[in-house]
Amino acid sequence: MKALDGLRQVMRRDRVFDFMIEKQPPAMSGTHVVKEGEIDVSHGPILYLEGVNVAFDGFKAINDLNLTINDGELRCIIGPNGAGKTTMMDIITGKTRPDSGSVYFGQTMDLTQMSEYEIAAAGIGRKFQKPTIFPEHSVFQNLELALQTDKRVWPSLFFKLNGEQRDRIDEVLEMIGLTAECHLRAAQLSHGQKQWLEIGMLVIQSPRVLLVDEPIAGMTHQEAERTAELLIGLAGKHSVVVVEHDMEFIRSIAQTVTVLHEGHVLAEGTMDMVQNDPRVISVYLGE
Amino acid sequence: MENRSFVMNLLANDNAARWFLSTLFMLGIVVPFCNLMVPQDSIFHVSSYTVTLLGKYLSYALLAIALDLVWGYCGILSLGHAAFFALGGYAMGMYLMRQIGDRGVYGNPDLPDFMVFLNWDTLPWYWQGFDMFWFAMLMALLVPAALAYVFGWLAFRSRVTGVYLSIITQALTFALLLAFFRNEMGFGGNNGLTDFKEILGFSLQSDTTRAGLFVFTVIFLALGYLVSRYVVSSKMGRVVVAIRDAEDRTRFVGYKVESFKLWIWVFSAMLAGIAGALYTPQVGIINPGEFSPLNSIELVVWVAVGGRGTLIGAVIGAVVVNFAKTFFTAAAPEVWLFFLGGLFIFVTIFMPNGIMGLVKGFSEKRAARLARQSPSEVRS
Amino acid sequence: MKNFITLMLVAIFSWLAVLPMTASANNVQFPTLLEGLKQKNFSKKAVVIDQLEITGDARVLKVFQHMIKGKLYYEKSELVRFVFVEKNESGFAITNVLNDEPLGSVGKREVKKVKVNNKLRGKLRLAIAKLSLNHPDVNLRRDAVRLMFKNIDAAAVQLLTARLTVEAKDKVRDTIEVGIALFDLESIDKQVKLKSIEILGDSLEPAARAALLPLVAKDDTNDYLLQDRDVLTAAIKAVARIDAKLKYNNWAETIYFGLSLGSVLLLAAIGLAITFGVMGVINMAHGELIMIGAYTTYVVQLLMPDHIEYSLLVAIPSAFLMAGLIGIAIERGVIRFLYGRPLETLLATFGISLILQQLVRTVFSPLNRSVETPQWMSGAFEINSALALTYSRFYIIIFSLLVFAALLMILKKTSLGLHVRAVSQNRAMARAMGIRSGWVDAMTFGLGSGIAGIAGVALSQLTNVGPNMGQAYIIDSFMVVVFGGVGNLWGTLVAAMSLGVINKVLEPWAGAVLAKIIVLIFIILFIQKKPRGLFPQRGRAAEH
Repeated sequence: MKALDGLRQVMRRDRVFDFMIEKQPPAMSGTHVVKEGEIDVSHGPILYLEGVNVAFDGFKAINDLNLTINDGELRCIIGPNGAGKTTMMDIITGKTRPDSGSVYFGQTMDLTQMSEYEIAAAGIGRKFQKPTIFPEHSVFQNLELALQTDKRVWPSLFFKLNGEQRDRIDEVLEMIGLTAECHLRAAQLSHGQKQWLEIGMLVIQSPRVLLVDEPIAGMTHQEAERTAELLIGLAGKHSVVVVEHDMEFIRSIAQTVTVLHEGHVLAEGTMDMVQNDPRVISVYLGE
Repeated sequence: MENRSFVMNLLANDNAARWFLSTLFMLGIVVPFCNLMVPQDSIFHVSSYTVTLLGKYLSYALLAIALDLVWGYCGILSLGHAAFFALGGYAMGMYLMRQIGDRGVYGNPDLPDFMVFLNWDTLPWYWQGFDMFWFAMLMALLVPAALAYVFGWLAFRSRVTGVYLSIITQALTFALLLAFFRNEMGFGGNNGLTDFKEILGFSLQSDTTRAGLFVFTVIFLALGYLVSRYVVSSKMGRVVVAIRDAEDRTRFVGYKVESFKLWIWVFSAMLAGIAGALYTPQVGIINPGEFSPLNSIELVVWVAVGGRGTLIGAVIGAVVVNFAKTFFTAAAPEVWLFFLGGLFIFVTIFMPNGIMGLVKGFSEKRAARLARQSPSEVRS
Repeated sequence: MKNFITLMLVAIFSWLAVLPMTASANNVQFPTLLEGLKQKNFSKKAVVIDQLEITGDARVLKVFQHMIKGKLYYEKSELVRFVFVEKNESGFAITNVLNDEPLGSVGKREVKKVKVNNKLRGKLRLAIAKLSLNHPDVNLRRDAVRLMFKNIDAAAVQLLTARLTVEAKDKVRDTIEVGIALFDLESIDKQVKLKSIEILGDSLEPAARAALLPLVAKDDTNDYLLQDRDVLTAAIKAVARIDAKLKYNNWAETIYFGLSLGSVLLLAAIGLAITFGVMGVINMAHGELIMIGAYTTYVVQLLMPDHIEYSLLVAIPSAFLMAGLIGIAIERGVIRFLYGRPLETLLATFGISLILQQLVRTVFSPLNRSVETPQWMSGAFEINSALALTYSRFYIIIFSLLVFAALLMILKKTSLGLHVRAVSQNRAMARAMGIRSGWVDAMTFGLGSGIAGIAGVALSQLTNVGPNMGQAYIIDSFMVVVFGGVGNLWGTLVAAMSLGVINKVLEPWAGAVLAKIIVLIFIILFIQKKPRGLFPQRGRAAEH
């Protein structure tokens, strides 16, 4: 059944014949051309979600979600199971199309009109819940593939790594602590190392926003601490959105925490504020 | 031809590839020599039958490389790849039909025999131009490419993957099979295209022409191999493997997965088309049977036996399985399907990486043993 | 109704015509006349046939019927009896013509055939028709009338009119009236002619329309050839009336054919809907399981040659068991090692299909085998002259729906069904609850395979049984399942029926092969548009 579910996932209805759907006027789509620095953050926030709704066959996974992420911010998102955290990430990265509402990247980019690879190229990187890397490639090649270059077919066919790019890969290898393992097949890495490699693959794309889904799941205490350092180091240069269940971990990195419940923002603020909010307590501890 | 230093670069650190190309080179020289120069009664004489048979195997090998590119490297299991092969073969067959001229049974200078038989009075528009060799060869590339492009564009865009895609490809070749069986299509119906006389003015019955065709097959296989090798060792090839292993991740890293799939799919269809064009003049017939789903599935088994995801594995698989087929269909025809069926089951359950997997496993073990004995020597 | 005076006149004439026949009927004349058939000269034989016809002897009809089929012989021995023959292994089984007494078997050389040529055949056909007019069987009577349509003359009309006076059955009366009208159409009396056009316009007999068509023929400049405006208008109206009815009938027939094709597809696909839809296993050997079912039917008939009527009742459970057991063997032997690897499963099961095909070829020979159809399945239910629904198709539609309903019940109401659904939704959880998931897999696969076997029984009644028969259905079956939505039995039902009907609707317009290609292309495009079929499984569960 697993395979079948996998199939279903890649063959979702809303992705079919999307070329038939009328595109926005050319002037609009022209702004989607990806160039560094074109993301307009003049008003502060880099990511807006406004009045977003998604329903799966009657079940409202996301219910009138309003969320803004500021440029360079480290934001933690918590919430009980089924609160819509992963679905929210699916919407931002273009994997799921919202039924209604708007999702903007900067002031100008309408993410609901862009496909996954366009969103990725525009500067939103995503780490999945389960570490997803390219198992048959070496650690070095994994980073090389993620490296920010011309990712169209023909340029890839004649691609040659230059010195500058090699340095960049070495730099990231250093950062995620995998320099020694760089020629190992990625499948041979430990679970924690795979998580870091995936984060490294996000970082090397030089994204503006990093979406990180449960980064420390299955990690030892030491590994979790290193991960926390890594994420804190990334904030500032990038906006980082972390979804996590581990409260201790959240407390160690969080500036602002958002609590999701039933697809809606329940509370937002510092960790202490949120933890003392009676609504949050009732959601987590039950009525 | 390829730039020498470029080829050398490509083959650096790849003993298997060098070994493979040298073998091909040797074959390309020795086989025609032993066929044409060595007297018939010598034990070193290679009969024309064998030359043709080997030529057939090698064009199958090119087809196997084509399938391996999409299946082994990109994870798209096509159960209809023989359709591209057959289209290439038909393009060549149409040229050969036009070369017959008025030497057909009905002696009609403008129309192939089967059209005279069907009481057609003019050549259909899609037969125009096939009297020119260059045009026919261009079509042997472009027709499979065009079909692959249209099909792939639709399928990959709407993200049809896995077994669904496999079954649709099978339906595609099945539909073509039915279509080519129809006399109204103008491709000779049931009988296909046959009774060829000559190619570029050389008689297809002469030993020299057969040997020449063999040499061409060797050259095209070597070229096809080199180009495919370049593709899979480029970054493009790594992206394709990445798509096979983690399609979503590839997408979120910023690659337009559909374009890569479409590129490798069309490239593979063109290789298959070339293989078909090499095949037709050597076996002397092309008929709708080449579209039958069974052919495409046999092709999958060649690659599976040889080892998917390695180009040499595809070649080895094609030659080994076809050799077995020639042997069994002559010695014990009823055993062949049992054997083939058993091979499917055995390979998928016990040998998922095929012969190359075994070789690799063996050499890795050996390397490990050597490394334990004397670590310093191996490193040097 | 008919003009009273004409009726009376015709009745009197026909009575006069019938009178001498009955009078001259006697036992002595028949064998003597029969001897005349030994002559070589065909025109002399024709005279004998005429004479035999008017004897009114009950045996004449049977003689004519055998003669036209080339089954009337006479012995070369001194007895020189006339015999009916049936071929058997050793030569001919012969029956005495005079008293229907079986005379055992003789060699081919001991008897001589009474030869007929085409002219005689035509004559015999008419004679048989006339004699059958008085046959007790209603359908035979009507067929006899129809046979007379081809060359209807005054003599034939006399016969028909005579029969009309005594005929009680409406459908025979209608047919007879058409026959008479066909004759009246040539009348010079305009009223009679108009009346007959009226009658023919109400009939769906192909002969009626064929007779009317020349009246509405046009010349090169698209003007009607017929000058008489009244007749022309009547004829145009009559043809239009027939055509309207025929169109309606054609649609009904197309849909009936479509539904029967659909039910074949349903039977073939429904087992796949379980193995593919519920378990997610791609079984390329599904077609071969159908073939196993068909061969089981063949073997069952071989084992009970004297009880063909009941053979299907035995064949259905045997085919279910046979295919089911093979399915379980496949699942335990191969597929269970490949769960979660759909492409490998596809290849391995394809290998199995090759082996099964070759096995059947080795055991039963590569030639097609024909399976007999029981008496109760042959024949057709005739709605009107242009529309007859064959019983075999009707039974298959009913049968496929029954199988569908049974399967639905099994999945919904039994504990096996509950377990199947549990395992298909969450294997680990089901196992934790104490369900033996391996056992459930085997049983589910066995169930799907068994149903394929049952499909084979049904198919054996429609097509030839051969080693390749499974291949023809595998792609279609997958298309049906994918079209209907994987994992949805109702979707499979709707998909099978609609694909069947679409195929049959396209067929007259595009030809059988092209229709199939169009349907394939349609489904290929459809899957692009709606990859999860007509009735996809929805909800969050389907997304992950």
